[in-house]
Amino acid sequence: MTEGTTNTTDENLFQLTNVNKRFTKGRESITIFDDLNMSIKKGEFLAIMGPSGSGKTTLLNMLGGVDQPTNGEVWFDGARIDKLSENGLAKWRAANIGFIFQFYNLMPMLSAARNVELPLLLTNLGKKRRKQSIDAALELVGLKDRAGHKPKEMSGGQQQRVAVARAIVSDPKMLLCDEPTGDLDRATADEILTMLQELNREYGKTIVMVTHDPEAAKYATKTVHLDKGEFVEKGSV
Amino acid sequence: MGDLYLIFKNITRKKLRLTLTLFATFIAFMIYGVMTSFQSALDAGVELSADDRLVVVNKINFTQPLPIAYVNRIKPIEGVAGTSHLSWFGGYYQEPQNFMPMFAVEQDTLLEVYNEIVIPEEQKQAWLQNRQGLLVGEKAAQNFGWKVGDRVPVSSNIYSRKSGGQTWDFDIEAIYKGSDPKFDTSGVYFHFKYFDEARTFGQNTIGFIAVRTTDSKLNEQVIAAIDDQFANSPFETETVPEKAFNKAFIEQIGNIGLIITFVVLAAFFIILVIVGNSMALAIRERTNEIAVMKTLGFKSGRIFIMVLGESLLISFMGGGLGLLIASGLTAGISENIPQLPPLIIDQPIVLESIGFMLLLGLVTGIIPAISALRLNIVTALSR
Ligand SMILES: Nc1ncnc2c1ncn2[C@@H]1O[C@H](COP(=O)(O)OP(=O)(O)OP(=O)(O)O)[C@@H](O)[C@H]1O
Ligand SMILES: [Mg+2]
Repeated sequence: MTEGTTNTTDENLFQLTNVNKRFTKGRESITIFDDLNMSIKKGEFLAIMGPSGSGKTTLLNMLGGVDQPTNGEVWFDGARIDKLSENGLAKWRAANIGFIFQFYNLMPMLSAARNVELPLLLTNLGKKRRKQSIDAALELVGLKDRAGHKPKEMSGGQQQRVAVARAIVSDPKMLLCDEPTGDLDRATADEILTMLQELNREYGKTIVMVTHDPEAAKYATKTVHLDKGEFVEKGSV
Repeated sequence: MGDLYLIFKNITRKKLRLTLTLFATFIAFMIYGVMTSFQSALDAGVELSADDRLVVVNKINFTQPLPIAYVNRIKPIEGVAGTSHLSWFGGYYQEPQNFMPMFAVEQDTLLEVYNEIVIPEEQKQAWLQNRQGLLVGEKAAQNFGWKVGDRVPVSSNIYSRKSGGQTWDFDIEAIYKGSDPKFDTSGVYFHFKYFDEARTFGQNTIGFIAVRTTDSKLNEQVIAAIDDQFANSPFETETVPEKAFNKAFIEQIGNIGLIITFVVLAAFFIILVIVGNSMALAIRERTNEIAVMKTLGFKSGRIFIMVLGESLLISFMGGGLGLLIASGLTAGISENIPQLPPLIIDQPIVLESIGFMLLLGLVTGIIPAISALRLNIVTALSR
């Protein structure tokens, strides 16, 4: 994390500049971030820790383009994304970001392979290329033999692996994970984290992961602590 | 996998709910199909009436007779292209419930005035030449199992024969089709001469006179000329366009159209509520999934269309099935209740139904689709 820079450099994939985020409900308005600056380097595996309500999910939402700052700028790979239209952001997300959620969020009526195929519906790949991508993604998460299974026929760890396959199938530069192991036991969590680490190391994916678990943070190349909307100094790994 | 696959997977995830929703839609469209075919069959009598045909009846009541001499007094009137006269016979075959619309007619002119009646030429000649010949509609023939060459006894609940008895013998000489499939072919016609000579009373009187005008624009003028001619006579006439005559006749049965409209509207309202409710429920349950789809990059418009696609698919599946069964039912009804005019689910009914399916799908899907369109990812996922 570097502070105070206003331009993205070649190395920075993400750059948040003077970001303000307020939620307004009626007359009440709460400020989550006030003048936040941060950058994320290409190839980084960043863990974000912090107490509940500190704004971790809100930050991740702004990085992922599902939420926009009230003020300030969000730059990605040299382009500003916070001023994109709703459809523009949807297109941008499909092309650049893979999402991994705490509760997997798979479509219950679709098989593992179909779930993984979902993001490919947003590309113009042909049937054959899609099949190749799905197979490769399922292979990578070690679930090729489960392609035909529905989510409810799989364990939590397996479902999260399907979710990882879905996140990487269209080969995005960036993975955003909100407590990806929050619902898993230690051993299963370690499997998923090892997988993320491999994606980071061998496939060069830039990863931002929100977690409560210090053990999980150890898999990251860097950890930051968020408290009341601000980064606080704590020994980083 | 395409969007249609997703739509299909979404509607089939709750089998019981889908079954019930489809069933409701199915029932509504089945009722709609049968009812409208019934209505359209009734209307067909009116629609198929020729614009240039008039009916001359006794002014007191159309069941009262007219003198046969009127025919020749009408023929020379300007604008009259042809006339034929018909008399209700009250015929039935074997049992009184096997009644048929049977008329004693002026055989030489019948086909000129009613050109909807289509007969093979040699059968036509045979019928014209045989005094006891019977001209039978296709449906009547099918109904009683008659064919050309049969000799059949027909009874009348009005007329007896001078030679005794109420049973009249006929030779079936011709079977006619309608020039339009909706034209009712349950009618039966025979020679007036045979009728008039053999009956015990009523000689030289007829039921009504059908008049063809040279141009429907002259109808008013011809009507006035005919009715003026017989004004203040013992048999005053009332001349009306055939269309109006048939319409008045149907209206005697009661305002069936209104009842049908009411039933159909009630059925539609009920499924609107049922299908609408089940769609709204389904989408609310999937708030989280829709938010995930949007997060992955599916545009709101595409999701809007997919949700609308679900309600449309349900509507078309249930409606299509309902209409299919309705067409089977109407065919069965027509076959088993020959007294009814032919019930047909024809192209206009199909097109109208498709319109209603579209409407139903849109109306039941639009609100869930709009809420899916507007759904905000952040709030939906943080619930
Ligand atoms: N849509 C919203 N409207 C109003 N307030 C919100 C909204 N989303 C988040 N907040 C508030 O913003 C603050 C930060 O929320 P956020 O979800 O980012 O925290 P978090 O660090 O992810 O917490 P947790 O660890 O519990 O997930 C909280 O006080 C929350 O109540
Ligand atoms: Mg959170």
